[in-house]
Amino acid sequence: MNLLSLLILHSLLLLLLAPLLPGIIAKTKAFFGGRKGAPVLQLYFDLNRLRRKGMVVSPTTSWIFFVGPLLAVAVPLTASLMLPFGGLAAPVRFGGDAILFVYLFGLLRFFTASAALDTGSAFEGMGAAREVSFSCLAEPAVLLVLLLLGRLAGSFSLQQMLAPQQLAVAWPAQGVTLGLALVTLLVVVLAENARIPVDDPNTHLELTMIHEVMVLDHSGPALGLIEYGSALKLWVLGGLVVQLSLPPLLPTDLAATTLLFIAGQLLLALLIGIIESVMARLPLPRVPALLIGSGLLAAFGLILILR
Amino acid sequence: MTEQLLQLLPFAVILLGFYVLASQRLRACVEAVALQGALISCYPLLLHGFEGQALMLSGGALLLKGIVIPLMLLRAMRKLQIEREIESLIGFIPTLVVGVVVAAGAFLFADTLPLALEHHHSLVVPTALATMGCGFLLIITRRKALTQVLGYLVLENGIYIFGALISKVLPAMVEAGVLLDLLVAVFIMGIVLHQIKREFSTLDTQPLTELKE
Repeated sequence: MNLLSLLILHSLLLLLLAPLLPGIIAKTKAFFGGRKGAPVLQLYFDLNRLRRKGMVVSPTTSWIFFVGPLLAVAVPLTASLMLPFGGLAAPVRFGGDAILFVYLFGLLRFFTASAALDTGSAFEGMGAAREVSFSCLAEPAVLLVLLLLGRLAGSFSLQQMLAPQQLAVAWPAQGVTLGLALVTLLVVVLAENARIPVDDPNTHLELTMIHEVMVLDHSGPALGLIEYGSALKLWVLGGLVVQLSLPPLLPTDLAATTLLFIAGQLLLALLIGIIESVMARLPLPRVPALLIGSGLLAAFGLILILR
Repeated sequence: MTEQLLQLLPFAVILLGFYVLASQRLRACVEAVALQGALISCYPLLLHGFEGQALMLSGGALLLKGIVIPLMLLRAMRKLQIEREIESLIGFIPTLVVGVVVAAGAFLFADTLPLALEHHHSLVVPTALATMGCGFLLIITRRKALTQVLGYLVLENGIYIFGALISKVLPAMVEAGVLLDLLVAVFIMGIVLHQIKREFSTLDTQPLTELKE
């Protein structure tokens, strides 16, 4: 497959399928709550509706206010290019792209928080402060996991670390260490995507919000971009988990592996929905404990393979 | 199959140790220690296969560490109406960080020990050391007597893993001794708990350190 068709297929997979994930999560939660719930395709309808709406922009805001929503879509899209999707290889790969992957999301976080501060609202400043302080605990955890994977693969490129052939060798040999990494990554995915037990995406009280409060002032197409971006981010970060957990007894066939990857993403959304349904949100002071604890698991795994 | 279990078991045991270090609920801690005891009771069977001695060791450990002692602790909790909060001298996160450092140190240290050749790079010795470290940490950092008993139990679990490794060459008496002194210790601790509760109307061990006429 040449690079151009790979690039197009890779991006289309992300752009078209990502909005399914929040729909599945919502449907799962509705099922547990005994409700019928919104249709799985709800986010597609929402995005279409928001696209046609006007925007209300506070006069105190500057251009930074618009950079946040733009990056919300641009960053996950760029980062996804370095991530293999099942059998589809990463279109962009070079040694050390894992660090770029992590810090692209750092860039997104910086501008989301800046856009929130730009509105001058006290609530949004509070949300930005929380988001930043929690992510500075989640970031070392991701880096430790990537270090661990890089050490196992002998390369610091995401394509090498997460290639199905490489993982098929690594799982039987270092299954337990990879299991630790998987748990850490799952916690990070929940934290970074503002999910229970770290943040509640459905909360309607500004005082308890983390992520949602930062985007209160955005409306219309800008809000649509943010919603779409968070779905893309869920797909990309979830992709790390799914790619890592693809069973070692994979079909070598490219198409089958990719289909398995997509099925894995949908299953992950189902799992997140179940976690959200059966767990309560942690009190804010306990969140750092969860994040540090999961980071320590990865650190422990790293020491085990370094010895 | 045995090999894979021997790979998996140490992690379950160590992670349970971490859980006890980080958990703030006494009941969950007791349950985790019970599970850890039940898990490590598999060690003699895994290491020596199905034989009379190994079976007895496993059965005894499962019964004592997995069932009897945890039930006794839970009963003590009910009788003394101990609140579920655990008090720690240092925070839970620092305890956990120290615990991970100790466990990592155990793994690094075990490689430098002059062990028999077949035990080199096996996970048994580092697991034993890490579990003992967790137990020590619990005893050092917790303020309530009951959590210190838990720490002592985790410490014993580590010693048991060690014992399981060498139970072939050492007579069964040694093993019986380990189990027995464990039981005795819990009895004594139970009595002490009662005494402390009656004397000071609290299970905090802090007043014990103050000298008085």
